Amino acid sequence: MGELKLMKGNEAIAEAAIREGVDAYFGYPITPQSEVIEYLMAEKPHERTGMVVLQAESEVAAINMVYGAAGAGKKVMTSSSSPGISLKMEGVSYMAGAELPAVLLNVVRGGPGLGTIQPSQADYFQAVKGGGHGDYKMIVLAPASVQEMADFVELSFDLAFKYLTPVMILSDGVIGQMMEKVEVKEHKPRMTDEELIKRSPWATVGKPKERERNVISSLNLDSHIQEEHNHKLIAKYKEIQEKEVRCEFIDCEDAEYVIVAYGSSARIAQKSLQLLKEKGIKAGLIRPITLFPFPKKEINEIAAKVKGILSVEMNTGQMIEDVKLAVEGKVPVSHYGRFGGVIHSPQEVADALDQKIKGGFKDE
Amino acid sequence: MSKDFLNDIIQPENLVYKKTELMTDNTLSYCPGCGHGTAHRIIMEVIEELGLAEDTIGVAPVGCSVLAYDFMNIDMQQAAHGRAPAVATGIKRCFPDKIVFTYQGDGDLAAIGTAETIHAVNRGENFVIIFVNNGIYGMTGGQMAPTTLPGMKSSTSPYGRDVDMMGAPLKITELMAQLPGAYFVTRQAVHTPAHVRKTKKALKMAFKNQMEKKGGISFIEIVSNCNSGWKMSPVQANQWMVENMFPFYPLGDIKVDSELINKECLTVDLKGQ
Ligand SMILES: Cc1ncc(C[n+]2csc(CCOP(=O)(O)OP(=O)(O)O)c2C)c(N)n1
Ligand code: SF4
Ligand SMILES: [Mg+2]
Repeated sequence: MGELKLMKGNEAIAEAAIREGVDAYFGYPITPQSEVIEYLMAEKPHERTGMVVLQAESEVAAINMVYGAAGAGKKVMTSSSSPGISLKMEGVSYMAGAELPAVLLNVVRGGPGLGTIQPSQADYFQAVKGGGHGDYKMIVLAPASVQEMADFVELSFDLAFKYLTPVMILSDGVIGQMMEKVEVKEHKPRMTDEELIKRSPWATVGKPKERERNVISSLNLDSHIQEEHNHKLIAKYKEIQEKEVRCEFIDCEDAEYVIVAYGSSARIAQKSLQLLKEKGIKAGLIRPITLFPFPKKEINEIAAKVKGILSVEMNTGQMIEDVKLAVEGKVPVSHYGRFGGVIHSPQEVADALDQKIKGGFKDE
Repeated sequence: MSKDFLNDIIQPENLVYKKTELMTDNTLSYCPGCGHGTAHRIIMEVIEELGLAEDTIGVAPVGCSVLAYDFMNIDMQQAAHGRAPAVATGIKRCFPDKIVFTYQGDGDLAAIGTAETIHAVNRGENFVIIFVNNGIYGMTGGQMAPTTLPGMKSSTSPYGRDVDMMGAPLKITELMAQLPGAYFVTRQAVHTPAHVRKTKKALKMAFKNQMEKKGGISFIEIVSNCNSGWKMSPVQANQWMVENMFPFYPLGDIKVDSELINKECLTVDLKGQ
């Protein structure tokens, strides 16, 4: 099968991209994700698989290079961290409008502004609510291990091409920087030109006489056509919501309280469950793997069986809004998290839930 | 004129000129007298004459020519304002054997997209940049562009461009010529048949450079008019262009086969006119 390696999350995703047969990567350095492009450059993927790797002059340029390559049907990705992702958002919006598949990685750091270089989950809203301008969504996957950083490359591209949409891997400085054992898959061959045209007949690869010209555009000067296009996009997002929710449940069966946490917060919260057990608190964990589509139904069903839900995030409280919408007021929902680049410990999370229970676990 | 009379004339033996099939039958969205339409036509003629239609991908960003994909009958990508050189880089790097060009206005190329333009040229990307400089933001209603002449009125410089406040017009083509990644740099116009022929020749050279992988960008500025934005009739606009734009943006080749052949233009006082 694959190969076992000890790698940083950022390196694992880069190695996985080469093995996935990704055609191109365009990026711009920013901490804490520069290892992605550094690893790719060092690996000479052009010699290994023919993959193109280019350091762009900015994140704006990088995402537009992605747009061009994606519009030509290629399997293409980029990565950045929070300030750089903000710059990419115009391009992401164009890609959502033009229905182009691509994968982008955000190794989130603390903000707003230049913020900190330390890990954070402060970009949740930006990722799941669209991020750029206009009525759109992108699929958002939240890896909680180095293994998932690697595995989500294939999953992201499958989803991106299935639904013709940009897909974001929403990671953070913890997952990007930490080293873990990871199994990387065997090399997949890159798409041939024939396969590309078969998979993406809409791609701009040069117009043969026998077909109409292909146009990649997000422009509709006629508002009624734009409205129709918006309807089409909504239908797509609805289908994604119905079919693509992924989440993990840990100790939820007989839990009285449930923590909802994703990414590195979920890793931390998983440890907290043990500490809570020692305190005599029966707690479980729901880990959304897809943040859009959000596991609304799954959380709603569990809400009916518990006394309270704690949203644990490394931010001032963003996912809690989606948790509340999912819970529909069935039980109180509260938030706990350190932020600004500070990482909560399993003990802090356990103590926070303990305190909240002692205070009568109120809605926040 | 009766219809029969017209039908008598429309006979193969009377054919003196035929629209290239690489232009669609869609009605051009440009104002009558605008240079964009002519520029489109000769680009498409060149692509047809070089037999590149099936291998060419065009990139048109935002500007009056945002709808170029409605008129150019080849595969096209519409790009965000200023980002065409990055989009073209993405395509060309993945398909080095295809032919790629961008078609950009002066606001697009020399203001919001300056970084993408300079870096694509500096990397020596092997594609063609066609730069239509009309000294104004045509699409958004005639605002000042980086190329607006000193004293020239626009909706955001209603008393004329004040160089002390806004700086001098940006001669970005001269800047591009100095970058090692620029292989061919020329400035042309399309307001007379003679100029159209010259521009077409330049375009042909540009696309040939790309076909032959000469290594570097071929950059063609077309100094053009914007009669609507300039608030002139088409004839007045062309005359104004000759009298005012050409002295500041002199026509001719600047760099050919990687060699600067017009060094003089680089020493021109950029503030002067
Ligand atoms: C990010 C962004 N900013 C502003 C605009 C509005 N806008 C559209 S075209 C344009 C200027 C176009 O001028 P130019 O590139 O010179 O093209 P022309 O219309 O003159 O041919 C502007 C400012 C936009 N579409 N996107
Ligand atoms: S506004 Fe100016 S540039 Fe645009 S089509 Fe009209 S004349 Fe041409
Ligand atoms: Mg203009």
